[in-house]
Amino acid sequence: MPEIHQFFQQLINGIALGGMYALIALGYTMVYGIVELINFAHGDVYTLGSYFSLSILALIPLSRYTGGWQLWLIASCVIVLAALLCGIVGVLIERLAYRRLRNAPRLAPLITAIGVSLILENLMQIWKGTSEVPFPQFLPGGLGVPDNVFVVAGVGIHERALIVVVVSILAMLALNLLVFRTKLGTAMRATAQDRDAAQLMGININGTIAWTFFIGAALAGVAGFISGIYYGTTFFLNGYQAGLKAFTAAVLGGIGNITGAMLGGFLIGIVEAMTSQYISDQWTSVVVFSILILILVFRPSGLLGEQVPEKV
Amino acid sequence: MSAPILSLSGVEAYYGRIQALRGLSLDVGEGEIVALIGANGAGKTTTLRTISGLLAPARGSINLFGESIVGMRADQIVRKGIVQSPEGRRIFPRLTVLENLRLGAYARTDRAIAGDFDRVLSLFPRLGERLKQKGGTLSGGEQQMLAIGRALMAGPKVLLLDEPSLGLSPILVDTIFNVIADVNRSGVPILLIEQNARKALQVAARGYVLETGTIVKSGPAATLLADDDVRKAYLGED
Repeated sequence: MPEIHQFFQQLINGIALGGMYALIALGYTMVYGIVELINFAHGDVYTLGSYFSLSILALIPLSRYTGGWQLWLIASCVIVLAALLCGIVGVLIERLAYRRLRNAPRLAPLITAIGVSLILENLMQIWKGTSEVPFPQFLPGGLGVPDNVFVVAGVGIHERALIVVVVSILAMLALNLLVFRTKLGTAMRATAQDRDAAQLMGININGTIAWTFFIGAALAGVAGFISGIYYGTTFFLNGYQAGLKAFTAAVLGGIGNITGAMLGGFLIGIVEAMTSQYISDQWTSVVVFSILILILVFRPSGLLGEQVPEKV
Repeated sequence: MSAPILSLSGVEAYYGRIQALRGLSLDVGEGEIVALIGANGAGKTTTLRTISGLLAPARGSINLFGESIVGMRADQIVRKGIVQSPEGRRIFPRLTVLENLRLGAYARTDRAIAGDFDRVLSLFPRLGERLKQKGGTLSGGEQQMLAIGRALMAGPKVLLLDEPSLGLSPILVDTIFNVIADVNRSGVPILLIEQNARKALQVAARGYVLETGTIVKSGPAATLLADDDVRKAYLGED
């Protein structure tokens, strides 16, 4: 394969991977934006998304369907359900673990988040065991049907990569509409900027914060489903590393900044794909986390960190 | 005076262990402007925070139209009609002027919002020119207009204003005070905190003097303006 084709091949892989990181990074950044908490349990909610999807799919006789609209309908329903369940878990985490610590010193909720992460990981370990769990790759052609590869100018594009990219972009568009075009979205942005002033507008900030956790967790649920379809397997510790990389993406884009999280997600995905192509598979984490350290040292506000002048 | 619209009685409030309000009582009656004056740290802002539900009183009662609002959340109190334009303006710097104004009407569902929007823009034409700009890019005076405009968008039954003229040029101070008088003429009672005690007492019907968390003096604004102690302590006269 010519050099340039390989580059584009990896670029596409990177974009698919980045779509998933971006979806997870959004949850980190939204929650940080509104309560200034790094929710370290968020990566595990992503794994939960895969696990919920698995359990729902187990109820459906998938082998009966080969191609056609039924498969897409099933996929849509599973995505929505998994997102909903993850959203509910996100709200419960906030209600049970974080809310009463909202005005505590910063270290307390941070340690609590790590505790919640460990709890979720252990629960998932009990739920489906300590080995990798196969995920039914029923898209796009039905169970057991290998996905097509489009060849565009010598570069092969897997249909499943395409699905990942399309679903993640659709989810991000929906989020953008929600955050920038609805009353709830305005309330979320206002609460993130000034909690007391938001209350003086008549905004119920507990409700708004709960919605933020719900939406962030739901997006992680969507990512959990598409990662299952993409890799054909899932694992109870998947969210640990994916979560850290998505966190890096959120920091790279500027933590608290929604557009930044999307940009950071795609960049980290591409960096990871390129590292595995041109350096070595084993170096991907080293490169990604070196980026994290470099940003924290040299540009803590990230690529798109908030820099609107604020007069006093 | 007829039955007060907003009434505080024996209110005590704490920041941690520090007592900020010590048995404060005051009334705001129908259609009047009431000025609350006092030195820095006397508890003026704390009084407004307590009325708005941002700080829970330890003791005492706060009634709106005779109904207790103690224990309600801040957003519920806004829905009852007590609207505050807080100290330091507290506009949302990364939202546009339009979004800031719309948030003022967040708790409302009635059909008069559009009318109030037009009214705010006619009171403050400058805001109309800057609707698409981010709040944080406005000048101090424009931010104050936005803060007051945003409060008016809530359709207040009682308006609480915390230092609306702080840091403004003399011309802008006059503009702001004209708007305060104008809003009040439309029937909205106002509780006004001002470091500019003279201006505040000139526009107000009655006044209260607050010292270390309690009311030490009250009466018609004209009487307070003529009071020797008030003149010495708050109006900068010997």
